[in-house]
Amino acid sequence: MTASSDVGYHAQRQARWHYGEAAFWLVVLACGFLFPTRYLIMTDILRLALFAMSLDLILGYAGIVSLGHAAFFGVGAYAAGLLALHGIINEPVLALIAAGLAAMVLGFATSFLVIRGVDLTRLMVTLGIALLLEALAERFSNITGGTDGLQGIEMQPILGEIPFDMFGKAGFFYSLTVLFVLFLLARRIVHSPFGLSLRAIKNNPLRAAAIGIPVNRRLIAIYTLAAFYAGIAGALFTQTTAIASLDVFAFDRSADLMLVLVIGGTGYLYGGLIGAVIFRILQEVFSTITPQYWQFWIGLVLVVIVLVGRQRLLRWVLYVPNLVIKQVAGRKAVVAAPESDA
Amino acid sequence: MFERKQFSTIAAVAAIAGLAAVAPAKAEDTVKVGLILPMTGGQASTGKQIENAIKLYMQQKGDTVAGKKIEIILKDDAAIPDKTKTAAQELIVNDKVNFIAGFGVTPAALAAAPLATQAKIPEVVMAAGTSIITERSPYIVRTSFTLAQSSTIIADWAVKNGIKKVATLTSDYAPGNDALNFFKQNFTAGGGEVVEEVKTPLANPDFAPFLQRMKDAKPDAIFVFVPAGQGGNFMKQYAERGLDKAGIKVIGPGDVTDDDLLNNMGDAVLGTVTAHLYSAAHPSQMNKDFVAAYKKAYGTRPGFMAVSGYDGIHLIYEALKKTGGDTDGTKLIEAMKGQKWESPRGPISIDPETRDIVQNIYIRKVEKVDGELYNVEFATFEAVKDLGKTKK
Repeated sequence: MTASSDVGYHAQRQARWHYGEAAFWLVVLACGFLFPTRYLIMTDILRLALFAMSLDLILGYAGIVSLGHAAFFGVGAYAAGLLALHGIINEPVLALIAAGLAAMVLGFATSFLVIRGVDLTRLMVTLGIALLLEALAERFSNITGGTDGLQGIEMQPILGEIPFDMFGKAGFFYSLTVLFVLFLLARRIVHSPFGLSLRAIKNNPLRAAAIGIPVNRRLIAIYTLAAFYAGIAGALFTQTTAIASLDVFAFDRSADLMLVLVIGGTGYLYGGLIGAVIFRILQEVFSTITPQYWQFWIGLVLVVIVLVGRQRLLRWVLYVPNLVIKQVAGRKAVVAAPESDA
Repeated sequence: MFERKQFSTIAAVAAIAGLAAVAPAKAEDTVKVGLILPMTGGQASTGKQIENAIKLYMQQKGDTVAGKKIEIILKDDAAIPDKTKTAAQELIVNDKVNFIAGFGVTPAALAAAPLATQAKIPEVVMAAGTSIITERSPYIVRTSFTLAQSSTIIADWAVKNGIKKVATLTSDYAPGNDALNFFKQNFTAGGGEVVEEVKTPLANPDFAPFLQRMKDAKPDAIFVFVPAGQGGNFMKQYAERGLDKAGIKVIGPGDVTDDDLLNNMGDAVLGTVTAHLYSAAHPSQMNKDFVAAYKKAYGTRPGFMAVSGYDGIHLIYEALKKTGGDTDGTKLIEAMKGQKWESPRGPISIDPETRDIVQNIYIRKVEKVDGELYNVEFATFEAVKDLGKTKK
């Protein structure tokens, strides 16, 4: 077997759909029917998951670290809000795409700054861009509503048919559809030759350049795409909550996103989704138990996760299921921790 | 690769278990009050005071009214409007609350307004002070105050007491703008002049550079509105820049000299004149008992936010008494209109037309009483309505 066919074989094997993946999405869909009273928090998780997937695209596949991903989220959120508020584009799906494109333009423009540096520079540059936009949004409060936020957004029915309801049912299935479609797209992209070239760049940019991969152009492309994803996540946020405030640009939002990926792991697309689920549920449980000091417990859990290591933690969690599988199926444990890095 | 997907499934199953774990339980003979307050972040002191006052009230009056048990469900929104909205939605849809209450800042109260309308349940605003709030939903009732009430009165007082030139420093959000506009309107109508106007950002403000500009403009006084909680920081920087020694007095709505922080502000704050709804030094027997009970329970002095929370929960109790325990939202809001009672702050009532609070506004000066700093009331304007609405 030649080296190239070997690579092709592995790439194809990875790109194939697995039962576990199908099961994952079925379970997510089932949640929508099992918990009709929890739509809001589930929608929140979906939005965060999409946003985390966006960061995963650049961090997990291209190795670009960012502490300012909220910049694109915010642009998407305000774009969707302004479009709906002023009745420019009333149909939510079109407005969603338009908002995503707005974030994409910003992503493309700022990508030139981001590709210039290495990790530390990138952290600073991305952080700076997000802070800049937050300050601008505060300064131009006549457009953005400043600290008071955009008030009085009224969302029109999706595709002119399905209205957003108070219980968040429409919002949930709308968000789920968007997330799934964008996930399929992301999945296609990361398993394409383009996606493979990104991994090569992540592993060693110099070597990647030496074998003829246009490093900068690839990085600009994926950064722009990630911005589009983040913009869509932001627009979903505005559309499902009918509110946009300065908080969309907040540093916490970018930092939370990193935590989500630390929990879930990077470089296999599901990391963001799983991390979002765990992160939000932890938050919800702790803030229900202690509305005042929940941040303490979240912090503690995160420190433990990082110190113990996700892999070891998973092995513990999976110990009992594996034991059961061994007993029932009589074979070696099939469930193990993912080998990806954070 | 295969293993990863298995992991995904496990995670999803875990998620279901997690969601099930936080699903709420149901009960029939309870009345649920969803309390949404900033318990973390910059406005946390507001949330803390209101929560304390409500707990105190329920200890004193018992937790049953008209045969129903009152249950408080507290949620933290960190004063961020979208969190408020999610919290309100969750409370209404999942916990089936009969009231939503609290709301530390105006954007938070506004964000919940459409939900109150849709769900037809009363929204009791216990802190936020912008005029427009009660107009956003027919289900909103307020037990705190509006900035128009105190700002116009301090403006009239300033004009009468020989203050001609004023510089203003206000937080750049809805209540700050209300305070500024109502003050300017009455102050300039009375012949005063605003020489310098500064708006500071709401989050993490640094007042020092603004204060330097103020000092250079040499006004007779500076009109200050910052949300309760930022007053201590403001006063510290005010003293550091030597504005107190330059003879520039501070006037404004009473948020800046909130009782919560007043005693630690130092002597620079002496002589500050504010117009406000409540002072811990209010000389009624009821207030003395309230302050004593609050101090005993929590070790600190109650501020105006605590009183607003205390009156807010009182209003909820009274409304339930009037409906005989009926929890229909429309009946409850009707029962709240026109309620009149004696509060630690003095006599107050709910305006049946605007659902806003009608109360006395006191002019107070910061003085030392028994070695502690207090806002000592020296003039009273009785039964002040919200001018933000009567103007229209």
